[in-house]
Amino acid sequence: MATDLELGLFVFMLATFIGLEVIRKVSPLLHTPLMSLTNAISAISVVGAILITGSAGATLLSKVLGFVAITAVVTNIVSGFLITDRMVKMFKKREVKK
Amino acid sequence: MAHVMQYLYIISAGLFILSLRWMNHPASSRHGVWAGEIGMLLAIVGTFIGFPGMDGVGIAFVHNWTWIIAAFVIGIVVGVPIAYIMPMTAVPQRTALSHACGALAAALVGTAEFYQRQPHADTELRGFIMVALVIETLLGYLTFTGSLMAMGKLQEVLPQRPITYRNQNLVNFILFAIALGLAVRMAFVPTDTILFPIFAGLSLVFGVLLIIPIGGADMPTVIAILNSYAGLSACAMGFALNSRLLVVAGALDGSSGLILSIIMCKAMNRSFTNVLFGAFGQVQVSTGKAEQRAYRSASAEEAASVLEAASSVIIVPGYGLAVAQAQHKIRELYDSLTKRGVDVKFGIHPVAGRMPGHMNVLMAEADIPYDKLVEMDEINGEFPQCDVALVIGANDVTNPKARTDKSCPIFGMPILDVDKAHTVMVIKRSMNPGFAGIDNDLYYLDKTLMLFGDAKAFVSELVKELPARAAA
Repeated sequence: MATDLELGLFVFMLATFIGLEVIRKVSPLLHTPLMSLTNAISAISVVGAILITGSAGATLLSKVLGFVAITAVVTNIVSGFLITDRMVKMFKKREVKK
Repeated sequence: MAHVMQYLYIISAGLFILSLRWMNHPASSRHGVWAGEIGMLLAIVGTFIGFPGMDGVGIAFVHNWTWIIAAFVIGIVVGVPIAYIMPMTAVPQRTALSHACGALAAALVGTAEFYQRQPHADTELRGFIMVALVIETLLGYLTFTGSLMAMGKLQEVLPQRPITYRNQNLVNFILFAIALGLAVRMAFVPTDTILFPIFAGLSLVFGVLLIIPIGGADMPTVIAILNSYAGLSACAMGFALNSRLLVVAGALDGSSGLILSIIMCKAMNRSFTNVLFGAFGQVQVSTGKAEQRAYRSASAEEAASVLEAASSVIIVPGYGLAVAQAQHKIRELYDSLTKRGVDVKFGIHPVAGRMPGHMNVLMAEADIPYDKLVEMDEINGEFPQCDVALVIGANDVTNPKARTDKSCPIFGMPILDVDKAHTVMVIKRSMNPGFAGIDNDLYYLDKTLMLFGDAKAFVSELVKELPARAAA
């Protein structure tokens, strides 16, 4: 059986290659929204922050740090996805008739 | 329920990949955003229903609900206004801020893990878990302060010029070496809790020192690198917590930042190390003072008549346009010219502005159709057939010296071949050299007309002149 580290590295290797291939195809028009989107996605660290804050053995330090961490990443999730949506909505091919 | 959580995580990881995949074209990009949102929602729901408790699994074993709910509420209350109020010209600052937030979260979670696991240090802080925790906190803290510095520079709270001092790279290197040494020591002896605050402090200071010598024009690369670091720290958290979802999402973000920074470096013909340690823009300040050279300037009226006579115009936007918030006025100019049958396109240099794709977003905000926004490599072939190239707030990316003058600091940088157009018009506030302090030969060509003024004010004068002439 592979250890956790080996499995993790395996997943990391595959995800990095998928990431590089997929991102290379992203239109340069959308580089700014891409960055805010990946930023929102990397706010997946909310999972870690919930785990540490909500665990039964959480010390006061864990609760305080976890609280700040959740606040920070939820801000990123919300503002990241919304602002990306706001940006990509603006890209139109033809002019809108008024 | 733990299995349900794992399956939700797998779906979520798949959605994240799809989300980035759909960003390859503006037509599908909104689906990309939705896929990302659903993926995130599933991940959060999954975490709650599969929560590993002391003696069981599930939502009933989540403690400290008040803390968690309060944090979510504050996050939402802060996040929504940021997303809707933030003007598009301020997007680079917001991006830097969100890198800082993401990195801070990773660092704090790592810190909390480190202390909370101390009682079981011999089993839970061993081997690669401790290595992952150290990488997570190191990258997290340095990206946090580094991004705050970048944000300060973008917001112009901090000077945009590089801040340098003697032996800067040596000091940085020593500091980093000490932090690394502490990290190695902690990886072997995780019970040395006294070292942790010193390590965290050094990482914070290193983040500041890393960014202060970098100038404003290099921000596109720096933001991309910080993006990559923030992703990698989330990825390291995945290793520390043994969560594959975090590893996948972090790796996607890390590779995205990496690719963008490579694109930015190529677009400036510079290497990573040169961007990070080169203190660009400092060295050239004194050499910028050349002899007075002759140039031609023109009024809005004259410029309007040149534009009117043209059949094709390429507009080259730059950071100055963002500063002047001129994007909507440019849209009016675009409308006015298009109505006269003039073919108007936009030539976008990859590093124009302060972050990757900055100019495209501003032009899209002003409702300019995206098929008129043309990349450098494609538009460069069109300049020789183009009647008028109108440069608005861009400088170094149009400097022909980059092709010919080996002594020039930007030699080798790919530029927009603006000088090949029949007539060149440059809207600029004064003859002062641009950010890098390099004199632009373009301004002294016989075919170049300098239009002095604020970008927004001048473009609106142009727009006013155009219909007036049509009526006459």
